[in-house]
Amino acid sequence: MEKHEYRYPAGAPATGRVIVGVVSSGDLEVLLEPAPAGTTTVRLTTSVDGYGRVWQAQLDRIFQGSSVGPAGPAVDLEINDFGATPGVVGMRIAQAFGSIGASQGVRP
Amino acid sequence: MSGAAALLARDSFVELAARERVRALMDGRAFRELIDPFERVTSPWLARQGVVTQADDGVVVAKGEIAGQPAVILAIEGAFQGGSLGEVGGAKIAGALELAAQDNRRGIPTRAVILFETGGVRLQEANLGLAAIAEIHAAIVDLRRYQPVIGVIAGTVGCFGGMSIAAGLCSYLVVTREARLGLNGPQVIEQEAGIVEYDSRDRPFVWSFTGGRQRADTGLADVFVDDDASLLRQAVIALFERGRPATERSDAWRHYLDRLSRYDPARQATPEIVRQLLEPGASS
Repeated sequence: MEKHEYRYPAGAPATGRVIVGVVSSGDLEVLLEPAPAGTTTVRLTTSVDGYGRVWQAQLDRIFQGSSVGPAGPAVDLEINDFGATPGVVGMRIAQAFGSIGASQGVRP
Repeated sequence: MSGAAALLARDSFVELAARERVRALMDGRAFRELIDPFERVTSPWLARQGVVTQADDGVVVAKGEIAGQPAVILAIEGAFQGGSLGEVGGAKIAGALELAAQDNRRGIPTRAVILFETGGVRLQEANLGLAAIAEIHAAIVDLRRYQPVIGVIAGTVGCFGGMSIAAGLCSYLVVTREARLGLNGPQVIEQEAGIVEYDSRDRPFVWSFTGGRQRADTGLADVFVDDDASLLRQAVIALFERGRPATERSDAWRHYLDRLSRYDPARQATPEIVRQLLEPGASS
């Protein structure tokens, strides 16, 4: 098990919090919460050791590229990974950002 | 509609994750969570053993309404650590059941549904998980004095170990064809009894003894439903309308003991023999 942390420039704070995914084989859990404007922080715990550079590359693609990018909402992202492939990681993070603002059950 | 079209038109419940299952059962798909994942009450024991934790420890505690009456749904996420129950997840279920019983003592008719998808105790948490499961047993027995406690086993993990006892304590059990219910899982039985008697890789064989169809036919489950979210919700509502059973299944232990005493263990059991032995409605 390894823990990593990554930071990226971001836009305005996200408008809601989201949880997607599950910590099961080949999958991951993503908890997304609003962060102060300007910075997105990714805190990652993964069951697979030695893949820090692969994570860095995949997260760079997401947060510096076109899918979320530096103008995307500022979030604190917690990732609990159980051996997901980069493709699954990309889809789960896209799902989390896509679900911002969608009702995930009524809260008081 | 053709078989394939009917299958595609179905809204599978088995394929839903725990939180989505809750949404499918609650009125208006609305609920609020107690100890939600953002509170990050995770297992303190898994991390120390190098195992990645899940933010809700694999248990969703949801308050809402079912058929207009207050309800709490306890949904176990079978995909996380095999739905195993440790200190935190176990305490979430036991605590919620205790709060529901307290509600009833104060005149609020809160009812509970438990979505079992569990291999039982989480081995990494040993006695703490076992203690929590014992608390769940006690809390079910307490709550069912006021309201029926409904267990749902949808599959595909099934319900095993100490949590199979929790399922047995429920007022009613709803199962699908994909469900399995047993004290020991197939591999444990094979290890103890030998592969000649019990081949855990023979899936039709395993389901023929512990699967949802067989459990419903032998009266160990009450309602058999197709894997469809709206059918499952209807089944739960119908059982709540039925109210508390005249006799809880676990109070009928004499009946089951008597039936078991008629079984000759020298004979290899078949699903038919078990059905004849436990046939519901037959006089004991």
